[in-house]
Amino acid sequence: MEIQETEDIVTEDTDETDKISGRESKTAIQTKKLSVYFNDRPAIEDISLKIKRNTVTAIIGPSGCGKSTFLRSLNLMHDMTPKARVYGEILIQNEDITEFNAVDVRKKVGMVFQKPNPFPTMTIYENAVSGLKLNGKTKKSELDEIAEKNLKYAGLWEEVKDRLKTPAMSLSGGQQQRLCIARTIAVRPDIILMDEPTSALDPISTSKIEELIYNFKNHYTIVIVTHNMQQAARISDLTAFFYLGKLIEYSKTRRMFTNPKEKLTEAYVTGKFG
Amino acid sequence: MKQNTLKLSKPVNLTRRKVTNSVMISLCVIAGVITILPLLYIFFYTTKSGISSLNPDFFTQLPKPVGETGGGMANAITGSLILIGIGGLIGIPVGVLSGIYISEYSGNITSTVVKFITDILSGVPSIVIGIFAYGIIVLPMQRFSALAGGFALGILMIPTVTKVTEEMLRLIPQSLREASLALGVSRWKTTLRIVLTTASSGIVTGILLATARAAGETAPLLFTSFGNSFWQTNIDEPMAALPLQIFAYAISPYEDWHRQAWAGAFVLIFLVFTVNLLVRYVTRKKY
Repeated sequence: MEIQETEDIVTEDTDETDKISGRESKTAIQTKKLSVYFNDRPAIEDISLKIKRNTVTAIIGPSGCGKSTFLRSLNLMHDMTPKARVYGEILIQNEDITEFNAVDVRKKVGMVFQKPNPFPTMTIYENAVSGLKLNGKTKKSELDEIAEKNLKYAGLWEEVKDRLKTPAMSLSGGQQQRLCIARTIAVRPDIILMDEPTSALDPISTSKIEELIYNFKNHYTIVIVTHNMQQAARISDLTAFFYLGKLIEYSKTRRMFTNPKEKLTEAYVTGKFG
Repeated sequence: MKQNTLKLSKPVNLTRRKVTNSVMISLCVIAGVITILPLLYIFFYTTKSGISSLNPDFFTQLPKPVGETGGGMANAITGSLILIGIGGLIGIPVGVLSGIYISEYSGNITSTVVKFITDILSGVPSIVIGIFAYGIIVLPMQRFSALAGGFALGILMIPTVTKVTEEMLRLIPQSLREASLALGVSRWKTTLRIVLTTASSGIVTGILLATARAAGETAPLLFTSFGNSFWQTNIDEPMAALPLQIFAYAISPYEDWHRQAWAGAFVLIFLVFTVNLLVRYVTRKKY
């Protein structure tokens, strides 16, 4: 898979004139001095980075370095943890998300989890449209169309079109994960966060999901946390390396894996630790 | 090439281990048998003594005055259903909602206190709950009533239903809540449509068992619902209930009443048994 060259956005400034949400802006996500504390212990500290629209950004680093914590702060998931405190700014399309309702933010910033988690009481079809149904959209013809479109888009339609009414739990792990992706894109987010989406899957399912991620780039901004450095190299345009809660290096993926600036990054990507 | 030197060392006291093993297994089997024996015996004995007095009259007739044979417990069966209905109206919503509160909004002082108090409430003897209902409903109303009895049963059901709801909700993995929230679904909708729905079969089980338990309670009804030999469906009047009627008939000196008490006990056990079967049916694996 050819890695697409992108401009180096780490040094480049965003077009600050574009402040109204919904309008095109080159920067999809920007964090400014983002810190998250659990029980007064820092999980991530002073993370400042910009994520460009329609790119795949990988976040790598050893376990416990704060990758997931960073990812989960982008869709305000820490709101659910009473002992978590978030400092700093998170801008999505140049707007501070803390000024918005978490529910509205999450409609724009979808998330795919490590373990496939379809709703166990629902059928495949119901899962595919669950986000819309739970938010009050009930017109059947519309839902049917959306379900088909997104299941096709997630590369699952051919496998499930004859058994849409069967329980989602009857699918294999890889199929479940693609169902979760279909469910996520049905809400029409701009950004998709993926927290190690393939770490519970077999190699074939993994390659299917990687293919999806690669194709999704034209429509979505994707931030993916991964433990698998080959995966980061295969699918991402940019890579951020986290270590002990700090952002160590952030640059184009190709440079990151061939000619990193930091010693620590080099040691990690060459497998000397982690 | 080095030879494979994997060698099993023989335990010194192999025989002792085998003996201990079989002794412990036998103890477990004996304990299991002891558990089922009383139930089998109760079932057998009530069926034997009760089924002979069971006839259509038992379900359709009112109790006959002393000296006349026949009659039935229609009023007590209806009364029990009404009392459980009132109890359920109080116990189920309060129990489910406080279970949701303890499970989904844990981590603050109030929720910890509610949890603690619920545990204590489940240990309060049912007769004390009866006295409580007597104090706050019977005394101000100046009379025994089904309302007071149903209230007492409702209070009894609360801790069981709360506990079961809490435990069932805690079994739902956090990832499922997050999956729903990440779709931009609000928290209350997530709780109601995802968490509660996924846990529903377990919660329904708990509710049915709590109801069956309440159906057999006698003590809290003694000075609340009080009992009634006549037909009564007015909930602010004293009302008959199966356990009360069984109690009254069983301590009477009349042979015919004893037989009726057995029949009542049989009906009660049959009801509880049916509820349990219903539970099995509801909780059968669907997926």
